[in-house]
Amino acid sequence: MLSLGTGGGKASKASFVSYVTPEEIKSEKEPPKKNKHPELLPGEVVFCSANPILKFTQDDQSQRGVFGTLLCTNFRVAFVSDEEEDAAQHFKNRLYGEHDIPLMCVDSIYGGYDDKKKLITSGLVKNKSPNKMIIHCKDLRVFQFCLTFTKEEDARKIFQGIVHHCLEPKSLKCVFAFSYSNIPNPERWATTTFDSAEDWNQEMKRTRGWCKIVTGNENFELSQRLPQVFIVPKAVSEEDYAKFQGLGLPIWCWSHHTGCALFKASSVPMLQEDTVAQAYMERMLNDVAQNHLYSVKTEDLSETLPSIQEIQLAYTKFKQFFLIDNTTDFWMSDVKWFSSLENSGWLDIIRQYLQKAVEVVECLEAENTNVLIMEEDGTDLCCVISSLVQLMLDPYFRTLPGFQSLVQKEWVAGGHNFQDRCNHLHHKDKEQCQSPVFLLFLECVWQLLQQHGPGFQFSETYLTVLSDSVHVPVFSTFLFSSACQRVSSIRADSPQTQRGALSCPAVWDWSVQFDRKAQDFFINPLYAEKPVKVVKKSHRPKHQRQLSLPASAFKTPSKKSFFKEETDSLKKMLRLRRISRWMLSPDSPQPSTREFYEAWLRKPLDYHGLLLPCLSGPAIRLWVQRYLRWLPEVQVFGGGAMAVISRLSELLAQVQELKQQLEWKGHRQETNHRGVPAHLQPAVRHSSVFPFASSRNWSFRPVIPTNVFQSLLVPDSLADQDDEYTEVVSLV
Amino acid sequence: WSAESMAGISKKKKKSEVIVTSCTVYFYETFFFMKKMSFFFACKYLAKDVTYICPFIGALRGTLTVTNYRLFFKCMDRDQSLALDIPLGVVSRVEKIGGTSSRGEVSYGVVCKDMRNLQFAHRQPDDTLKKSIFEVLMKYAYPISNSLAFFAYDYEQIFPENGWKVFDALAESKRQGLPNESWRISKVNDHYELCDSYPSTLVVPVTIPDEDLRRIAAFRAKGRIPVLSWIHPETQATVVRCSQPMVGVNSKRCKEDEKLLQAIMDANAQSHKLFIFDARPSVNATANKMKGGGYESEDAYQNAELVFLDIHNIHVMRESLRKLKEVVYPNIEESHWLSNLESTHWLEHIKVILAGALRIADKVESGKTSVVVHCSDGWDRTAQLTSLAMLMLDSHYRTIRGFEVLVEKEWVSFGHRFQMRIGHGDKNHTDADRSPVFLQFIDCVWQMIRQFPTAFEFNEYFLITILDHLYSCLFGTFMCNSEQQRLKEVSKTLSLWSYINSQLEEFTNPFYVNYSSHVLFPVVSMRHLELWVGYYIRWNPRMRPQEPVHQRYKELLAKRSELQKRVEELRREVANKAASLTSERAGSPTRSITPVQTFV
Repeated sequence: MLSLGTGGGKASKASFVSYVTPEEIKSEKEPPKKNKHPELLPGEVVFCSANPILKFTQDDQSQRGVFGTLLCTNFRVAFVSDEEEDAAQHFKNRLYGEHDIPLMCVDSIYGGYDDKKKLITSGLVKNKSPNKMIIHCKDLRVFQFCLTFTKEEDARKIFQGIVHHCLEPKSLKCVFAFSYSNIPNPERWATTTFDSAEDWNQEMKRTRGWCKIVTGNENFELSQRLPQVFIVPKAVSEEDYAKFQGLGLPIWCWSHHTGCALFKASSVPMLQEDTVAQAYMERMLNDVAQNHLYSVKTEDLSETLPSIQEIQLAYTKFKQFFLIDNTTDFWMSDVKWFSSLENSGWLDIIRQYLQKAVEVVECLEAENTNVLIMEEDGTDLCCVISSLVQLMLDPYFRTLPGFQSLVQKEWVAGGHNFQDRCNHLHHKDKEQCQSPVFLLFLECVWQLLQQHGPGFQFSETYLTVLSDSVHVPVFSTFLFSSACQRVSSIRADSPQTQRGALSCPAVWDWSVQFDRKAQDFFINPLYAEKPVKVVKKSHRPKHQRQLSLPASAFKTPSKKSFFKEETDSLKKMLRLRRISRWMLSPDSPQPSTREFYEAWLRKPLDYHGLLLPCLSGPAIRLWVQRYLRWLPEVQVFGGGAMAVISRLSELLAQVQELKQQLEWKGHRQETNHRGVPAHLQPAVRHSSVFPFASSRNWSFRPVIPTNVFQSLLVPDSLADQDDEYTEVVSLV
Repeated sequence: WSAESMAGISKKKKKSEVIVTSCTVYFYETFFFMKKMSFFFACKYLAKDVTYICPFIGALRGTLTVTNYRLFFKCMDRDQSLALDIPLGVVSRVEKIGGTSSRGEVSYGVVCKDMRNLQFAHRQPDDTLKKSIFEVLMKYAYPISNSLAFFAYDYEQIFPENGWKVFDALAESKRQGLPNESWRISKVNDHYELCDSYPSTLVVPVTIPDEDLRRIAAFRAKGRIPVLSWIHPETQATVVRCSQPMVGVNSKRCKEDEKLLQAIMDANAQSHKLFIFDARPSVNATANKMKGGGYESEDAYQNAELVFLDIHNIHVMRESLRKLKEVVYPNIEESHWLSNLESTHWLEHIKVILAGALRIADKVESGKTSVVVHCSDGWDRTAQLTSLAMLMLDSHYRTIRGFEVLVEKEWVSFGHRFQMRIGHGDKNHTDADRSPVFLQFIDCVWQMIRQFPTAFEFNEYFLITILDHLYSCLFGTFMCNSEQQRLKEVSKTLSLWSYINSQLEEFTNPFYVNYSSHVLFPVVSMRHLELWVGYYIRWNPRMRPQEPVHQRYKELLAKRSELQKRVEELRREVANKAASLTSERAGSPTRSITPVQTFV
């Protein structure tokens, strides 16, 4: 039986049998002998190139392709077609074209030897060079290049060059971002970067938080793990800041309008009898609790959630379902699609993370307790959970600038180790640390977005593009391992040359990648902006609880005894290393969460209030746009959800134009009869993967599955029965 | 009509029984509702203090009412506002669960045809002569088994439109450009003598006289001869349907049948080939030879190519739906949802059916070839395939009225045995003739709606409404097995289309763009097929129905027209002002128009 998703390896696949001999192809079309170059970016250098290279057309079952030049630069692997390209691309990336692969975006490279394919792990090609090169990308594109038409020497060079630059370990300074220079543009969506005390101050004011800002880590004197600026409970004393190099320090994330707040911390390595550390942790918990006179719940995420290794493992299995290089494989894997999807465990991990976030939300929203989430480093699972919690609770983070600020706050300033989690530098010893934690977060966001479309200002296209941008080595945002490394890289001043000092843009400067028109795809036309006049009224009664006062639900005989009790129990739990009080197995969500969710469901849905995800089996879905966009077999021509979104966007544009007209007229009061309502643009019909994979030709032939019919095995004897069983039954 | 008002009426009306206990069944001999209530109940039973054991909320106390049309449960608990309103046609089975509890209560399970099971508990009447409300339910839920009349005969709603007029076979033929030089309309089945499960109007090649048709009828199972369903307006390629040929083990042949298929091919000048799609798996088709059936041999039918589409029979489909119900109702196992779903094979069957229709549509559209489609009898899988292929090929069928015509034509008039497949009013719930064939068709349509959200004039609610009334027995539309049978019912019942066409607004897809003469080829990969949550899991309160897209669209439409109006007003005002300025009345106050505050 063919196992799904092996992607590589054993099975000799039809795709490696060329149905057309090289001679035939040549005679069909003589490749023009010219070496084309792509438009190089400032700072981009070509390492090697080869021509002619045949790039197989993916959406074609016969092994045809396009001739062109294959190049490797310090930024990308580029393929420049000899043929004229379709100019009409709606969603063109300014940095790299549809046939280009940024070096960081390369996931794996396979060498094709006649009918076998072999995973390439190092730049040294021992025996003969392969006649085919297959590149799997992190954005799930698959490229197949035939190397047999060019000179053997060139073929070897380009193959080794690409393998070397994509897979070999490199130093940070070799990343293209350090060579790229760019004039910064004003950002379309102003993003708070959280690199100054002012930004944090604003955020605390916005959420009416009650903590204190620590600015003493400007030069990472306190700790290299901590950000330059951070916020801790008021009660934390200064000598505690760096006691364990910042480990165990509760860092403020966000405050609920009732006054309770969410904190995150890395855990202090604790031995059985380590009284110093225990005392320290207890003090920290007290600080978190007493600050607001609220109870506190702690949760050690690494004990209750899948670890980063498990995330990596699941995603490795999962992504193989989409890195498919021929139609036969596609239809083979279609048979057991649902169970393979489930077996990868990826969707279940998403469910567990969302579930955990809902639990934390419940504590903040319904129980008004402070929550401290912990984990070994405090920069992986904590980032996912804290950002999801904020996204569910705070409508600001569901706007586009708000979301970008959230990523800055929790992930970038929060010190998520992008460098190692993405293994940007291909260090072999860092392979253990590789894990798509940020992607997991984006997927969780996508689940929320697809369930509560009108609550989000950004679109799924935005999320897809953001997930791609992680692997574009131009932006400073996702490049570094910590705040400390980022700051020192930016500050590094090498007086002789400009190189070394970092002047690369943040990913939020979207104009680097897309023109304004393309950026319009980032806006979700379903988003219903909050009507300004309703602001005061729209709060539900429970939102009107007074700030910073114990809620009425706070049923304690006397505060003093309450806290004693609470901390006692916390102590106990700490010693037992079983902090989680609401741990649960994935299949039996604790009744309270379920009740919490159902109570929320019964209320009228307010897209500007709390949004909770439905976690029931059918509600957690596959992110079709991200994962299926390059597969020609699943393109629905003239259909897809985009058809509706386009209609909405069109209408929205008309409404906006009308508004402008009114405004304009209101001001000038001129006689002008040009004010014809925006005429409908001829509805461009797209495929379901629009705006991606746009240059593909519209095919009018349906894709007929090749093996539907053998697949369905009906186990019982029912299949052999006759349709008309009982002629005797008389009816009516 | 609350319990209180009922009690009030009961005092005035003649009572045949008066029982004082709280679990009383009031029996009114007859009582008529006012005409304005629109429904016409002949009788009504009510039991107080019944417990509905809701699988999602828990036990709820309330009153249970059974009329000759519906079962109605109203929760009387203060903090719950729950009501169940279920047409009796939906009830598949009523059974007592376990014995009498310590509280003297008896539990009853009500298994429904629409993917839910209900459980009630109530106190058994002390007096053994009194009927339990569930006995009453069992009586009225199965009018056929109890020699009662369907409620549809009593239903007297007046609709502005007569749905029976939606489909007229001749008009539909005319729309397709028939008859033409190659195809004629035959009256050979005018009195259903040739084939009692076929419509009276048949379209056949002009070269085949009626005598030949009679001979062919003897050769095709149940007399279901090859007749035209659809003709391509440009290429003249046709979709023809029939039942299996009775070739048997001796490979019997029929000259006239061979001539007919040749004539079908000749009627299309674009192609010198004919495709015969046998919907069955080849194993089953072969097995049918033992019973006298079989399939066309390529020796006997020159230039014809036979393709098996491997769709399984009604029993496999019924079993698949049963498994699906287990998986989705009442609770869904979260972490094994996908593998459980896969193990039901439901979506796989949907995929195979859609793939079959896709191949047919592809042959007709891209290959410009005529096709003949059949299964064993040609009323289940054949109907699924031809109607889906026609939906892909002809945009007319994607409008509301067009779809109604499609259902009337390919399903009702061509004798899909609705009565038998659904088991209307029949208590024999294990009947092996029941099968969700039509449900699968509607599911396939839903899959297409999802893939092409702007190509259909109707919405998901339209499909759900059709399915609800497939079981409700409120309308005559799906009550019979053939056109011949239904001819008698038409005058006595109302059509579902009367109801639907009188409130089209509700069933209209706001995103509909009529791209006429455009063929839709859905993607039939599992990656794009999805379980229809809005139908199969709609009883689960955790699955919040999602219609924000439509709402948003309507909002925007309203906003646009509002703004257009304002722009228009403004323009008029400006024009007026200009006019007044020219007539030198400069003193008029300048009205400043503030920019409109709209939040989109």
